[in-house]
Amino acid sequence: MDLDLSQEQRDFVRVMRGFVDDAIRPNAERWDEEHALPMDAVKQMAELGLFGLPFPEEYGGSGADFLTLCLAIEEIAKVDSSLAITLEAAVGLGAMPVYRFGTDEQRAKWLPPLATGDALAGFGLTEPGGGSDAGATRTTARLEDGEWLVNGSKSFITNSGTDITSFVTVTALTGSEDDRKEISAIIVPTGTEGFDVGKGYRKMGWWHSDTHELSFNDCRVPQGNLLGERGQGFKNFLKILDDGRIAIAALAVGLAQGCVDESIRYAQERSAFGRAIGSFQGLQFKIADMAMKTELARQAYYRAAWLKEKNRPYKKEAAMAKLYASEIAVDVARDAVQVHGGYGYIEEFPVCRHFRDSKILEIGEGTSEVMRILIARELGLPEA
Amino acid sequence: MNIAVCVKHIPDPNLPGELDGQRLKREGVQGTLDPGDEFGVETALQLKQAHEGEVTLVSMGPPQALEGIRRGLSMGADKGVLVSDDSLQGADALITARVLAAAIKRTDFDLVIAGVESTDGYTGTMPSTLAELLGVPQLTFTNAIEATGDALKVHRQTVDGYQVVECSLPALITVTAGVNEPRYASFKGIMAAKKKPVEELSVADLGLSADDVKVAQNIVDISQAEERKAGEVIEDDGSGAAKIADYLKEAKVI
Repeated sequence: MDLDLSQEQRDFVRVMRGFVDDAIRPNAERWDEEHALPMDAVKQMAELGLFGLPFPEEYGGSGADFLTLCLAIEEIAKVDSSLAITLEAAVGLGAMPVYRFGTDEQRAKWLPPLATGDALAGFGLTEPGGGSDAGATRTTARLEDGEWLVNGSKSFITNSGTDITSFVTVTALTGSEDDRKEISAIIVPTGTEGFDVGKGYRKMGWWHSDTHELSFNDCRVPQGNLLGERGQGFKNFLKILDDGRIAIAALAVGLAQGCVDESIRYAQERSAFGRAIGSFQGLQFKIADMAMKTELARQAYYRAAWLKEKNRPYKKEAAMAKLYASEIAVDVARDAVQVHGGYGYIEEFPVCRHFRDSKILEIGEGTSEVMRILIARELGLPEA
Repeated sequence: MNIAVCVKHIPDPNLPGELDGQRLKREGVQGTLDPGDEFGVETALQLKQAHEGEVTLVSMGPPQALEGIRRGLSMGADKGVLVSDDSLQGADALITARVLAAAIKRTDFDLVIAGVESTDGYTGTMPSTLAELLGVPQLTFTNAIEATGDALKVHRQTVDGYQVVECSLPALITVTAGVNEPRYASFKGIMAAKKKPVEELSVADLGLSADDVKVAQNIVDISQAEERKAGEVIEDDGSGAAKIADYLKEAKVI
């Protein structure tokens, strides 16, 4: 049994900490106020090779393992969840489907600019009428004269409206057989006539991540833009989400660790009744619990990533890591605000932003309820 | 242009230093590549990009100093040389220069780059001694470097500005912090560094004798550095600007 990161992973984490301290920490609050994805920061992350971490070098990637990507996400999330989700969605949701399910031709065409961070892609599964409920998919794609005619709309799509967004992969009904709906994944390039990107949402958190509602009105894309087998779209996307859950757990752990770090610092600096508030046992117990939950959540996502790397089943562990990490992230962020008292409620203190940013973790890429259903199924309990 | 960069693995300056007798404790503490040396590595990498050649990192230190070399290799340097020997424990700046000179002489160098001073010992004497031992001209405190074929043109930082100085190669320069923005090592760079050659040498490998590395320096006493004094607050009674100007003049800033 070896619970250590590799020497290269440890070296990489040190580089990430330096990068985050220099390039992200001083700007995170300002970017959030500006409510726009800072493209300069995206460029710096690209120069560091972050967007290509898990892809082979032939596609412009770094050939790292999945855990290394998670480590990068965790380090960024300690300070800036908006940029962490930008990276997670770009790699895990934007580029990964092309890498995993694309033909050689599709990979060669779409993947290199994504791996180098020169372009971003979105992943369109969720619709106004539903996310995890495949049967609720309303978007349609009909083959007509060698082209897909796409109609419908998608909700909450990350990285879908930036200046460098090159395409969105959408799930769409491509037919039905014996009452079973056939859902396929189709690449819709930015700029396709009839593909409209709505204005950015006004969100509770993740203020400087790029999230839009998309609509497709008689969008025509080449037949060759079908990604993966016809009829496998939803199934393939669920596989992508299994990985995404480990990455979201890493993001949640980063946020929680950021809250722990800020709370320790504040508890030592702030005094009340003539002593540092960190010397009061009430606060010590609170911060000890926060640190413990964070560490346990970290071990959960490390293990899920490790199972994936070993090609062993990891669906249950990924769901558990995501569920646990996101729920403790909300708890830890709430407690961090409490440690900070009134200052925790104002934007000048990072824990205020962390608290706003934490709630979505229990919702995005599968809600806590869906996670529990998944775990119950993996445990062999009957489907409803 | 082949460049040798002196790099030092030091106890992490962001952590409180511990003493081992009268010396800084180096064993069993979190170490890092001297942040001042990252500027030297970056300078070398930029010169290499413009003029080709090889960048060799040269270091003296205990076996864990390999970590500092690996950091520089992951930024993009080509190879490393580490001189590690039990007899070098407690080596002073003169011995360090002697050892590095012997190691660098074995390489085919056009330029040697060092930081102005280390971030642990701060003697600032090693680079000049090294240049003397190598028999090459030295340009210290440089903050802009331009290479033209077999010559070098640099800006030397001074108290009130900079001098423009030229010299022929081979030469040694020291670079100031802020001469450039050192690049971050990418994961690809970290993986590539694993495969880059690092030559590990002993004192005997360099052809040096026990006498050559015998410490002549004797530390008589050490004491805590004076606490940094609190800043001076100037109440503005109408003469505030003049007082600040006087202060800046005294500090030779204006």
